[in-house]
Amino acid sequence: MAAETVTYLEAIRQALWDEMEQDERVFMLGQDIGTYGGAFRVTAGFLDRFGPVRIIDTPISESAMIGCAIGAAMMGMLPVVEMQFIDFISCAFNQIINFAAPNHYRWGQTVPLVVRGPAGGNVHGSAYHSQNPESYFQHTPGLKILAPGTVADAYGLLRAAIRDPNPVLYFEHKYLYRRLKDELPAGDELVPIGKARLAREGRDLSVITYGAMLHVALEAAGRLEGDGIDLEVLDLRTLKPLDQEAILATVRKTNRVIVLTEEQITGSVAGEVAARIGQHAFEWLDGPVHRLCCPDTPVPYSPTLEEAYLPNVDKLVAKVRELSTY
Amino acid sequence: MAKLGKDWGPLHPKVETAERTEKLAKTDLPRERQLELYSYMKLNRMVEERLGNLYRQGKVVGGLYSSRGQEATSVGCAYALSPQDVMGPLIRNLGAMLVRGVKPREVMMQYMAKSDSPTGGKDGNTHFGDLKRGLVAPISMLGAVIPVMAGVALAGRMQGKDLVALTFIGDGGTSTGDFHEGLNLAAVLGVPFVLIAEHNGWAYSTPTSRQMRIKNIATRAAAYGIPGETVDGNDVLAVYEATKRAVERARAGGGPSLIESKTFRMKGHAEHDDAGYVPKEQFEEWRPKDPIDRFERHLLGSGLANDEDLKEIVARIDAQLNEEVDFALASPMPPPERAFEGVYGASEVKA
Repeated sequence: MAAETVTYLEAIRQALWDEMEQDERVFMLGQDIGTYGGAFRVTAGFLDRFGPVRIIDTPISESAMIGCAIGAAMMGMLPVVEMQFIDFISCAFNQIINFAAPNHYRWGQTVPLVVRGPAGGNVHGSAYHSQNPESYFQHTPGLKILAPGTVADAYGLLRAAIRDPNPVLYFEHKYLYRRLKDELPAGDELVPIGKARLAREGRDLSVITYGAMLHVALEAAGRLEGDGIDLEVLDLRTLKPLDQEAILATVRKTNRVIVLTEEQITGSVAGEVAARIGQHAFEWLDGPVHRLCCPDTPVPYSPTLEEAYLPNVDKLVAKVRELSTY
Repeated sequence: MAKLGKDWGPLHPKVETAERTEKLAKTDLPRERQLELYSYMKLNRMVEERLGNLYRQGKVVGGLYSSRGQEATSVGCAYALSPQDVMGPLIRNLGAMLVRGVKPREVMMQYMAKSDSPTGGKDGNTHFGDLKRGLVAPISMLGAVIPVMAGVALAGRMQGKDLVALTFIGDGGTSTGDFHEGLNLAAVLGVPFVLIAEHNGWAYSTPTSRQMRIKNIATRAAAYGIPGETVDGNDVLAVYEATKRAVERARAGGGPSLIESKTFRMKGHAEHDDAGYVPKEQFEEWRPKDPIDRFERHLLGSGLANDEDLKEIVARIDAQLNEEVDFALASPMPPPERAFEGVYGASEVKA
């Protein structure tokens, strides 16, 4: 009998549910997460089950929401803050990078905080409902950053995030919410933070990616099989701390690499991955490390513009072919 | 330049002072506890005088911040708290930290960046915390600690701890977004939280008139639907009694309060700043209202203490501070490799 499949969104909901069932220190702060169940219905049913003490609807005050969660976390609670769209995390930038992130380094007090929310484009959300803000935070010591691209990771990484003693930013890709379906892994094992996953083994060229772009890479790999090009796909899953060993291992194996991400290219996580490869695996390379990212523009609205803006299978296949003959 | 229009008001208007008399607020505090208040204020000032010496000797590696003239606010507020309460002091709340049990040597080592400082040299000045003593470390971005302390209060309520969270903000800090967001969130959630607005006339070189159009910060409480009160911030008894009322209200489930403590910053923003921008007459106006001198007059005038009692307190503090300074000076600088340690907290949070 086949196991039941769930969507990526349901996996997130299930992880929150299971952690709240298991540990009463876990509680949530967010906008419209209670009666309404969240803009994407991630917390539908939570208010009924866990009550208003643990499912807290807040004013439109991102900075205060996260500040409040920091205070509660220091006191031994395990708060999870939902950003209605992750774009709005910028309104709480100071609390995250100046309060939560350096707290343990500065005075030894852990801040077991999770901030989660829908990131990414391809749903015509335009400039303020499509962003990928990871690189703003990639720079900041003390944070952990997760970006699951599979149902299993959406579930297992979120549970790991809630149990981690550090401030964790969990960027879920809204394009995958209801499009991606898979079985939840049996058992209670967490997905380790800081470990990349080899999503596809291949010989010829490595695509290092995460989030929704993982599926672009896998689809491109299928299409390139006909050309006799065997792609390896590394799913980073954790963006901070980066799994440098896994990154260097795949480069040493295939000697060609494309870093595929949905960020604006300048100052991106992809840039950091490329820099590490250049610094630590230069002699293994048979060609330049290519970053296939978004251009340095805001996220445009119109489908024709957004298609031009985002990386996709066609763009990746073309770049792979080009780099394969370098 | 005329095209740019006229200025909208004098840059250095007179700082509005609270209605005040020499007489201090009524209190039921017995003699011993009033003497304790005096000791803490005196300790606050004398620690800062020692720090000033260390600064002039080049032992303080960063800036030095003084709360001279504001001791009654720090000490009076902290004194109104119970052991289970949690406080988030700012840079000018050394006195509040001393009341919570921080040792002078800890602060001295912080300023001198010593290995044995509470942060091991990783941070300076009053930027350290210890939840075992109910202390949350602030960050330099003003206002940020307000929502954080609202969260402390929220957690305390969830955990059934009967605690009240208290923090401070200056007149300048009330202009931040976090002041509004944090106080509003605290009010909406009804958490046991007290915010002390220290209205000391100046935010670095900017007078309060360039921070707000209102005369009393306490007016803002109405916008959040919470009680607001303005107190004479140079009367330690008034500060203590007002804070105690707010703390008791919070503990009883009455939600947050805003207390404005009107006082004056008798020095510059930091030790390097001679405060030349502050009109001399403002210092002259406030000098006779010095909170420690005034409390001394109260203690002597009401017969709660005589000159000998006060001299004995000062001598005791002086002797204690000799030891504290010696200890702090003897601590080595931290080993360089410590710079790379402790970015992350280690273990998993177990259920």
